[in-house]
Amino acid sequence: MSQIPRFRRGFRFQWEPAQDCYVLLYPEGMVKLNGSAGAILNEVDGRQDVDAIVASLQQQFPEAGDLGPDVRAFLEDAEQQHWIDLS
Amino acid sequence: MTRADALPTSLNPNNAGPPLWLLAELTYRCPLQCPYCSNPLDFAQTEQELTTEQWISVLRQGREMGAAQLGFSGGEPLVRQDLPELIAEARKLGYYTNLITSGLGLTEARVVAFAEAGLDHIQVSFQASDPELNNAVAGSRKAFEQKLAMAKAVKAAGYPMVLNFVIHRHNIHQMPDIIDLCERLGADYVELATCQYYGWAFENREALMPSKAQLDQAEAEVNASRAGLQARGSAMKLIFVTPDYYEERPKACMNGWGNLFLTVAPDGTALPCHSARLLPIDFPNVKDLDLREIWYDSPGFNHYRGNEWMPEPCRSCDEKDKDFGGCRCQAYLLTGNADNADPVCSKSPHHERILAARRAADHATAGLQDLVYRNVRNSRLFFRG
Repeated sequence: MSQIPRFRRGFRFQWEPAQDCYVLLYPEGMVKLNGSAGAILNEVDGRQDVDAIVASLQQQFPEAGDLGPDVRAFLEDAEQQHWIDLS
Repeated sequence: MTRADALPTSLNPNNAGPPLWLLAELTYRCPLQCPYCSNPLDFAQTEQELTTEQWISVLRQGREMGAAQLGFSGGEPLVRQDLPELIAEARKLGYYTNLITSGLGLTEARVVAFAEAGLDHIQVSFQASDPELNNAVAGSRKAFEQKLAMAKAVKAAGYPMVLNFVIHRHNIHQMPDIIDLCERLGADYVELATCQYYGWAFENREALMPSKAQLDQAEAEVNASRAGLQARGSAMKLIFVTPDYYEERPKACMNGWGNLFLTVAPDGTALPCHSARLLPIDFPNVKDLDLREIWYDSPGFNHYRGNEWMPEPCRSCDEKDKDFGGCRCQAYLLTGNADNADPVCSKSPHHERILAARRAADHATAGLQDLVYRNVRNSRLFFRG
């Protein structure tokens, strides 16, 4: 069964018009996300599992080739950073 | 492209970044008397605080300019009865809201009510790992017990927990105990912040500054604790801020003057950092100008932008765009001229003042009874001369 990523309590993902990018906010800190990190985390809604996220991104970026390995590696990294839980 | 980049260069000649971080110092009132408080020495002179409507206007303007992180601080922000209203407004505007508190005046009911209003995070500060020392430094007999209870309430309400300890020569030996206490309380982040010598801490520097030997031991203990936490699979993060008095190059203070941080003091004075009020510079007030004019156009906020203002040795230094010559407040406090290189820098002709402070720390004998505590009575002494 595929894992469902969720943001950890205290982490908030949102679009910032002034910075023209998605950011991840946490206690007294902020990470500016590049385009692909923002696109991946934008799919994290606590319902979609990793396979569904990959499928959704694949649909949004049909010319990008197989996104699966990169998306999985990014989500694992995000878990290591304690931004998200994978359960 | 950021909003700041989008402005014509004539309106933003120094290409200042937007104020992504807004610190709202709601009040200078505080039940504690910590002798390293960053508030101005003459804080008691400021009695008029912004109204709820004025603060809400500041929050709206800041958010429009791109501010995303918001700190409610003070003094003790909990003494403001309108705090729930300000939190709710901040959340509605899309801020990530941080409450920076001593825990005094907090109750379990308020912890829960703030969460319902949309507060993202509560940072509780401690003065030590045991009640005796904690309460002696805080100048309050019941502080420690209250802080413990509130740290537990913050955790129980599901907030991410950041515990802050200001470190100095009288508690630096407690590092392992402090870290143990934080782990027991279930902290996510622990800030072990060695005193920065501004405001009351500058006044008390000799009695606060740890020696190099104390600092080295504390660093070794923090590193050992980090390794232990990692081995146990703990997600608790330790952030150890060491005093710049032991560095040879200055810090890139506030990421540059008027480049990221905007502080609004209780009376509405807008500042590029919470210490800048001590500088002999006229800073604008949110009651007189809108925040955009303050940030991009006011002489106070443009004073140290760019590097045209720098004298030697900064002017010809190849590191000037990295550290901006260090901290203006530190330059002013230690050399009497805020334009000078931060004396932390070994290239500064005033570096000897830092070396003298280090030597003094090796031989300091001052105890807690020698500290000037931060309270209204002592504050009045500073502005009555």
